[in-house]
Amino acid sequence: MAGVLVSTTINGDAVDFACPQDETLLDSLRDRVGLTGVKEGCGTGDCGACSITLDGRLVCSCLVLGVEANGREITTIEGMADGNKLHPLQKNFIEHAALQCGICTPGFLVAAKALLDRNSNPTEEEIRYALAGNLCRCTGYDKIVRAVQASAKEMRRKR
Amino acid sequence: MGHDTSYTDQEFKVVGTRVNRPDGIDKVTGRARYGADAYAPGQLVGLFLRSPHAHARIKKIDTSRAEKLKGVKAVVTSADLPDLTDGNRGLLDILENCMARDRALYDGHAVAAVAAIDRQTAKRALKLIKVTYQVLPHVTDVDEAMKPDAPIVQEYVATDGLPSNVSQVNQFGHGDVDKGFAEADVIVEKSYKTEQTHQGYIEPHACLASVSPDGSGELWVTTQGHFGFRINCAQLLGMDMAKLKVTASEIGGGFGGKTHVWVEPVALALSRKANRPVKVVMDRDEVFKATGPTCSTSVDIKIGAKKDGTITAASAVLRYQNGAFPAIWGMLGAMTSFACYDLKNVKSVGYDVLCNRPKVAAYRAPSAPMAAFGVESTMDLVAEKIGMNPVDFRIKNAAKEGTLASYGPTYGPIGIGPTLEAVKNHPHMRARLGKNQGRGMACGFWFNFGGQTCTDLNIGLDGSVTLTVGTVDVGGSRASLCLIAAEELGIPYEQVKANVADTASLGHNDMTEGSRGTFSSGMATIFAARDAIEVMRSRAADMWEIPLDDVIWEDGQAKAVGKKHGNLPTLSLKEIAAKSPNTGGPIAGHNEVVADNAGVSFASHICDVEVDPETGATKVIRYTVVQDAGKAIHPDYVEGQFQGGAAQGIGWALNEEYIYGDDGRLQNAGFLDYRIPVCSDLPFIDTKILEIPNPTHPYGVRGVGETSIVPPLAAIGNAVSNAVGVRMDHIPMSPPRILKALEEQNS
Repeated sequence: MAGVLVSTTINGDAVDFACPQDETLLDSLRDRVGLTGVKEGCGTGDCGACSITLDGRLVCSCLVLGVEANGREITTIEGMADGNKLHPLQKNFIEHAALQCGICTPGFLVAAKALLDRNSNPTEEEIRYALAGNLCRCTGYDKIVRAVQASAKEMRRKR
Repeated sequence: MGHDTSYTDQEFKVVGTRVNRPDGIDKVTGRARYGADAYAPGQLVGLFLRSPHAHARIKKIDTSRAEKLKGVKAVVTSADLPDLTDGNRGLLDILENCMARDRALYDGHAVAAVAAIDRQTAKRALKLIKVTYQVLPHVTDVDEAMKPDAPIVQEYVATDGLPSNVSQVNQFGHGDVDKGFAEADVIVEKSYKTEQTHQGYIEPHACLASVSPDGSGELWVTTQGHFGFRINCAQLLGMDMAKLKVTASEIGGGFGGKTHVWVEPVALALSRKANRPVKVVMDRDEVFKATGPTCSTSVDIKIGAKKDGTITAASAVLRYQNGAFPAIWGMLGAMTSFACYDLKNVKSVGYDVLCNRPKVAAYRAPSAPMAAFGVESTMDLVAEKIGMNPVDFRIKNAAKEGTLASYGPTYGPIGIGPTLEAVKNHPHMRARLGKNQGRGMACGFWFNFGGQTCTDLNIGLDGSVTLTVGTVDVGGSRASLCLIAAEELGIPYEQVKANVADTASLGHNDMTEGSRGTFSSGMATIFAARDAIEVMRSRAADMWEIPLDDVIWEDGQAKAVGKKHGNLPTLSLKEIAAKSPNTGGPIAGHNEVVADNAGVSFASHICDVEVDPETGATKVIRYTVVQDAGKAIHPDYVEGQFQGGAAQGIGWALNEEYIYGDDGRLQNAGFLDYRIPVCSDLPFIDTKILEIPNPTHPYGVRGVGETSIVPPLAAIGNAVSNAVGVRMDHIPMSPPRILKALEEQNS
C-alpha cells in the first residue's frame, strides 16, 4: 500500500491514519479507524448512510477521500452522545420507534443534528427536505420526522 | 408438541405497551454490528467478476494472470464449486446462480471471484481475468419470453416436451366462471403491466467467511435466516451442517431479499482456497444487478357483476417474470388475486416465466401487489359501470368467516370486512379534494406463514431472563418477544433480554419471512416461558414441601393455595432463581414448534394524490392504512410495518422500475437512477390497527409485516386515474407514462 499519513481530529480526539490516495474517507473511518457506525449503503452519495460532518459541514464520507481529511475535524455518530448521556435526537429516535433495521439511523441522526444546529425550529417541510439526502426503506419516514420534531421542541425548551 | 395454541381472551399487563426496544441504544450510537462490520485477523477482500452480457456461453475463463498478481490469495470459478447436488435441480439452480457454470444467464451474473490482501489488489486482479463469451440471444420481457420463438433461458425447462420459458402453470378457483359471466349484467376485462422493482434495503449483502483446514467453518452474515443459509452453504460446499457455524449480524433491511444465498457460498469457497478469512461486501450496483428483485408482470383481469353489485364471476391470467431460475411467483399471484372476496365462480391461472434477468426473490407479500393492482383497478371499473360506490361494492362482496377462499381454504374470522367498514367511516374518505387531485382505495391480502421455530429461555441467578431466539430481528421483534416473555412470567419488560442465537446455539429456525418473526417466535416464547414456570412451581413446591398442585404462578411469583398453605409468603421469581443452585440447578424453559395457522391478513388503504398535468409528476398528499394485526404486541412497530410497506408501495407505484436496454443490460443500477421515496416525497402515513384475534395463537397474533405493500399499487392507481380521468394500467405511473396517457386521451 502506497499510504499517505493523515492527521485528523475525530470526535474530539487526535487521530492519525495512513491510507492509499484513492481510498474514500468512509473506508478509512471504517477499516482503519474502526468507526463502523459510519455505514455504506451505496458508495455514490445517494443514500446518506455514511453522513458525517467535516469541519462542521454535513458530507457523505463516501464522496470524500481519506487524504482530504488531513488537518480537519470530523464528527461521526460515535461522537454524538455526551458520554453515556444520549443526544435528544438519539433518545427520541428510540422513544418514537424511528428505526426498524437501524442501518440508516447513524446517517439520519448526523443529518438531523446538522439541521437542528442551524435551525432550532424547523417546519415539517424543512425537516423533510433537510433529510431528503438520507434513504430509509423501513419506516416511510413518518416516525423519523416525528422524532426530529420532538427533539427540536425538547432542545428549544432546554435553551 | 401438544401445546394448545388456541386464543384465550386474556387481559394483558405489558403486551400492547410502547416500550423502548432493547437494541435501541446500540443502533443510535453506532455500536450495532451489521454484515460489513465484522473483522478477522488476516482477512482478505473478496470481489466478484460479473457477466456484462444478458445471455452468453462461457467458452473459457483464463485466471492465470490474476493468480500471479502479488497479493492475490485465491481465484475461484465454477470449477471450484463442483456439483454436489446429487440430482437436486433446485439446489443446482442455487449453485448456478451464485456462480455461472457454462452460461451467463443475466447481466451481472457472477463468473469468477478473487480474494486479495486489499481492495485495490482485488480490483486489479478482476481486470486480469479473461473470459471468452459467445453472446446468445436474450429475452427480458415476460410476454416476449412466452412467445414460441423466444430465446430459451433454461434448457431443462419444457412445456409439453418442448423447450420453453414457462416453468409452471397453476390454476386456482371454484365454480363455473363461464356460467357466472353469462349471469352478469356488467363485465369489465382489462390488461395490466407492472415493472420489476427491488426491495432496496439500505445495507448491501455482506459476509465474513472463514474455513479452517479441518473443514469446519464460520460465517458472519447479514441474512433473514442463518439456519437456512447454513443448510445451503453446507450442501453446496460439501460440509457437515454442524461444522458450519453461521452467525446472523444485525440486518440492515431484507424485505425478502436476504432469504437466499448469493455471495456467501463463494466467500466460503474463497476462504477455503486461500486458507484465510474472506470478507465480501456487495457494491450497490451488484445488489441491483445480481440479487433478487421482485417480478415484472403482465396480468389480465375479468370481473362480471349484477347491477345490484353482486359479483357473478371473476377470472385472472397472470404472467410473472421469475428471472433466470424457476420459482413459484406466478402461482402465488394466482392464489392471492381474489382472496379478498366471497366469489361463487372464480378462476386464476398463474404462469411462471423465465427471462434473462436476475433470479427473483421474495419482496414483502411476494406476488400479491401486482395481482391486487389488476384486480383492485378492475373492481373500481366495475363499480363505476354499475354506478356503485367502490367501497360499498367491495363491502358487498367481501370475504367473511366461512367463505371458501379462491385459493382453497375456508376462512375463519378475518379482517377484510372490518377494514373496509373502517375505511368507509374514516374522516379521510370525506376530506375535500382540490384541483388535479384524486382519491383511491384498495384492498390487500397475505397468507402469513408460521413454520419451524425453536426458543430457549434461561433464568439467571439474579432473576434476569435471557430469551434466546433463532429468528433474525429485522424490525424490532426482540422488543415484542421480551414483552411476551415478561407477560407470561409476570415480570417487568426490562428484566428480559432477547438475543438472536447463532446456528451452533439453538435448533433450526426458519427464516424471518412470511410475517412470521413475532408470530412464531412469540408462540415459542409463550411456551418456553410456561415451561420455565413449571420448573419454578416445582422448585417452590419443594422449598415449601407441599404438593405441586397446591402451587400456582401469578404476578411473577409462586403462591401456595388451599386451606393448608394459603398463608405461606409468596416466592418471587428472583427468590426462586437465587436459590436455584441448591434446589435442582439452572432454571430454563424450552420450546420447539411448527407454528401452523399463522392467521391470514387483510388491509384496506386510502390514498389522495395530486398530479401535475404539465409534468406528469404525482405527489401523494394523504395516505391511510387500515390493517388487521390480530393483536398488536408492540403497536409502534406494528404501525412501523404498516407505514414502511405503504412507502415501498408508493415508490413502486410511482417511480421504481428496472430499466433494461435492448442489449439486455440493466441501465439504472443505482439509487440515483432507481429512485426510492425520500423524506420529502411522502406525507405522514396514518395508520389504524384493527385487532381481530387469530383463533390459533394464544394472544390472537397475526403476522403484520407484509400485507401493507399489497394495496398501494392499486390504491394509488385508482387515485391517479381519478385525478387525471384516464385509467392507468402500467406500474410505475412515472411522469412519462402519465403524460403519455393524457396525450392519448386528448388525441
